[in-house]
Amino acid sequence: MIELFSEIWQTARRNKLRTSLTGFAVAWGIFMLIVLLGAGNGLINAQMENNDRYVDNSMMVFGGMTSKAFDGLKEGRNIQLDNNDLAVTQARFTQNIDKAGAIIYENAVTITVGENYVSSSLRGVYPMDQEINKKKLVAGRFINDIDICDQRKVLIISENQARELMPKDPRLLLGQTIRVGDLAFKVVGIEQEDKSRMSTDATVPFTTLQTIYNRGNRVGRINFTFHGLNTEKENEAFETRYRATINRQHRAAPDDEDAIWIWNRFTQALQMQKGMNIIQVALWIIGLFTLLSGIVGVSNIMLITVRERTREFGIRKAIGASPASILRIIITESIIVTGFFGYLGMLMGIGANMYMDATLGSKPIETGLFTTTVFVNPTVGLGTCLGVTLVLILAGTIAGLMPALKASRIRPIEALRAE
Amino acid sequence: MIELRGIHKTYSGAQPLHVLKGIDLDIAEGELVSIMGASGSGKSTLLNILGILDDYDEGDYRLAGTLIKDLSETRAAQYRNRMIGFIFQSFNLIGFKTAVENVELPLFYHGVGRRRRHQMAMDELEKMGLTDWAEHYPNELSGGQRQRVATARALVTRPKIILADEPTGALDSKTGVEVMELLKKLNREEHITMIIVTHDPNVAAQTNRVIRIKDGVIE
Ligand SMILES: Nc1ncnc2c1ncn2[C@@H]1O[C@H](COP(=O)(O)OP(=O)(O)O)[C@@H](O)[C@H]1O
Ligand SMILES: [Mg+2]
Repeated sequence: MIELFSEIWQTARRNKLRTSLTGFAVAWGIFMLIVLLGAGNGLINAQMENNDRYVDNSMMVFGGMTSKAFDGLKEGRNIQLDNNDLAVTQARFTQNIDKAGAIIYENAVTITVGENYVSSSLRGVYPMDQEINKKKLVAGRFINDIDICDQRKVLIISENQARELMPKDPRLLLGQTIRVGDLAFKVVGIEQEDKSRMSTDATVPFTTLQTIYNRGNRVGRINFTFHGLNTEKENEAFETRYRATINRQHRAAPDDEDAIWIWNRFTQALQMQKGMNIIQVALWIIGLFTLLSGIVGVSNIMLITVRERTREFGIRKAIGASPASILRIIITESIIVTGFFGYLGMLMGIGANMYMDATLGSKPIETGLFTTTVFVNPTVGLGTCLGVTLVLILAGTIAGLMPALKASRIRPIEALRAE
Repeated sequence: MIELRGIHKTYSGAQPLHVLKGIDLDIAEGELVSIMGASGSGKSTLLNILGILDDYDEGDYRLAGTLIKDLSETRAAQYRNRMIGFIFQSFNLIGFKTAVENVELPLFYHGVGRRRRHQMAMDELEKMGLTDWAEHYPNELSGGQRQRVATARALVTRPKIILADEPTGALDSKTGVEVMELLKKLNREEHITMIIVTHDPNVAAQTNRVIRIKDGVIE
């Protein structure tokens, strides 16, 4: 083995320029591969972080407009979800549905504390909303069952609203009674500010809002968490069943897809995952093609080397070198050149990823409406590095194969005659 | 040691060239033989066949009792490595290796370990009087020195036969004589069978037997 390496060292040293030129091609290929994969990972990680904001296995249901005539009624009818729908959701799907709740909005109310006021919208929710939307509180508590039951006038205010209403010490709002429109509400909690979204909502019990604002039994949207639906197919089957049930409540065709809208976060996450996988595969392919040009370069140069060294290989064979030993020299040389420069490229790629991480990574970008992060941790893992190393060895072997075969087939008499 | 029976060799090409037309030849162990003939008469062709560098079309070639016919490249390389040492007119040393590294090379393919290889190569160079030149590259050596390095390389594996294709052809007459003296001494003292192709009558005169090739057969 040592012999083999010193042989290769001798020949590589003899051809510094050539070796470094081919090396550059390979290094560039690997550099691109790593940078692309790192950037891809950055995008994917950012997306995952966005997904983390709510529970995956949940659905949201909205009223829509019928698109089919049914039961003597024409199409084009608006469907308004109501308390019955929520009750049906809670009662008939216990096999899959864990907790169901509803949301209702009242836009544009003014919240006043002393001389300070903010305009806000009110969200009437059930206690399970905290879990489903991963709400965190900095102080106090969320809506509870008693609030719902007694239609209490309690309110959870968002952190930034609290700051505007009581700039000196927002937390002092907790427990205070404040004015919401013409009514008095007691602040029971302060909601943590979302990193990326400005919250202009204040949260109240669903039943309170429904009663105070005269909504009758109307509901804005229904949401619920579920279990036991693990594939896209199972989800679809459930949605079909659920849709039929709710549609029937409103005398709409059971298979009318527009009467109600179902937003399934689980299947959406599944599809997102699929998309991410496609991106990753695409990046690998692009990277590998870049690398391929490096391989072709190495292969070409090795072919030239073999031609230059024809006589030497002839001599080696005349004094007893087997074709296999010649093959070994060339392929090992190819692997070492590819591997060495590839590794260099990989280190530079990792460096570039670190730079990307330091400049773009986790830096929120202001879009006006909300802030978002494009890149989160745009780096490649150890697994990828091992994969790339494997690719390098493979690439070196492939690059060396043709020239090596050529060299091993050199006939000593012909090589020695060529003077 | 060497037994040739009805060897034919034709070079195919646009004009097929029938170079050897039935060569019968026996060379005993320890002989010092020269092969002579006009340029293009097929001396090198014959020597290449003897050295298993080239194959022949018809006949039988036995080397130390083994039939040498249709060998795989790997087997041919093995036999060359074990039994045959080559000395070429143009030395054929590897330019980027030092004298001692060149001499070590056949031992490397023989599977001899690093240290022992170096020791054996140095011993061989010492016999050639080249100890001081061991670490020099071929282009730093004179023609005579190079041919002596090549001879050391041919001898280092203790082959049964040495095949030399015009070993003095590229040397001035004085150095040529020195190299011939060396080969004769090796034949005498180490009892190595030696076949020397030459067109120099002075060289041929120093051998035990002269084989003349003409029109593809032995005269
Ligand atoms: N590989 C080859 N292909 C075709 N013709 C060849 C080849 N090698 C040698 N010859 C021809 O065969 C003849 C004998 O060559 P060679 O054995 O080298 O002669 P010598 O060594 O006696 O001068 C020459 O005419 C030469 O041109
Ligand atoms: Mg000749």
